[in-house]
Amino acid sequence: MASVTMTVNGKQVTANVDPRTLLAQFLRDNLHLTGTHVGCDTSQCGACVVHVDGRAIKSCTTLALSCDGASVTTIEGIGTPDNLHPMQAAFRENHGLQCGFCTPGMIMSAIDIVNRKGHALDEHTIREELEGNICRCTGYHNIVKAVAQGAAAMK
Amino acid sequence: MYAFSYHNPKTVRQAATLLSKNAEGKVLAGGQTLLPTMKQRLASPSALIDLGHAEGLSGIEQKGRNIVIGAMTRHVDVATSAIVKNAIPGLAALAEGIGDAAVRNRGTIGGSIANNDPAADYPSAALALGATIVTNKRKIAADDFFQGMFATALEEGEIIVKVSFPIPSKAAYEKFPNPASRYALVGVFVAKKGSDVRVAVTGAGSNGVFRSKECEAALAGRFNAKSLEGVKVSASGLNADMHATSEYRAHLIPVMAKRAVTKALGK
Repeated sequence: MASVTMTVNGKQVTANVDPRTLLAQFLRDNLHLTGTHVGCDTSQCGACVVHVDGRAIKSCTTLALSCDGASVTTIEGIGTPDNLHPMQAAFRENHGLQCGFCTPGMIMSAIDIVNRKGHALDEHTIREELEGNICRCTGYHNIVKAVAQGAAAMK
Repeated sequence: MYAFSYHNPKTVRQAATLLSKNAEGKVLAGGQTLLPTMKQRLASPSALIDLGHAEGLSGIEQKGRNIVIGAMTRHVDVATSAIVKNAIPGLAALAEGIGDAAVRNRGTIGGSIANNDPAADYPSAALALGATIVTNKRKIAADDFFQGMFATALEEGEIIVKVSFPIPSKAAYEKFPNPASRYALVGVFVAKKGSDVRVAVTGAGSNGVFRSKECEAALAGRFNAKSLEGVKVSASGLNADMHATSEYRAHLIPVMAKRAVTKALGK
């Protein structure tokens, strides 16, 4: 076991973990932040995307111990049911989800796209940038609409 | 994943000591290949030596006529670097096309080059640009570094510290991605520096990245796409799998080289 300390959604947490613990497991099993999903567990699907030091990463492909000292933001850290993040609100308004399994990762990736590429995103850019997030319900059309609207609303 | 001991050195020297003490240990850079491989139990290192907190391994600078990139520099930082975009735009574009956005936020140039995956993008840039791979022990020319599939000149206890790319006069990369995995079915990096033209191919060779003598000979006269018309590349030694035959890959090499040359010329 090894000790890890990180800031998750603004709160400092310390735990002893098996070195094999993935960041996704640490968030879900240790911290009970189950909004971060594990879909494929092979870094393809993006359901596990969270932000580490401001960057979207796949938490199923990162060791918790590698995040020692880092600041992590999960889907739980960006909005509340009464006060949704603009990107969450845009997904809701545009029906950008059906089963909702991929949505936390979609939203964390979408916010990262805005952070890197700005608020005016065209459809081509959004589709290219969402390459690492897979949705099996929506056919993506409404997700792309949601991301464009959410990006504008984040201004 | 099988159990391993985890080490978090603060310097490259500490990392090298740890590596020499753990014969079955591996260096962890961005982990975007190593961790999935370990999860599938295709790799079972006894120890991971994580370079994530080691000092002095990240960053991009221009040193004279070279662009020097620290081994732990993430793909996204190469893709968006003003220095790289200005000096070697083809290299920035290559980095922008690796994996997906989240993988680029984590994966590193040193990890990609040390792993030498036969379908990885960076080895083709290193080979075509005539890069120098700088380790904690020595400098290795790209020509000597890549030694076949997943094989490199790195010795035990040797860690890549940075990669130095001579600035070419023209360079570009074009890949034909596998429609599912997005890995290069064939990727071609062309670089022209003075009268020297180098064409490096990834994804196609059954023994990893290689230089296409046929394309280089064709481009030696005139560096334009027309020079590649009618160039035939032998299919012997090329990969054949459910995604493409070796003949198809051979066909794609001059096609992608042509596109890369056109891109390099800004047309």
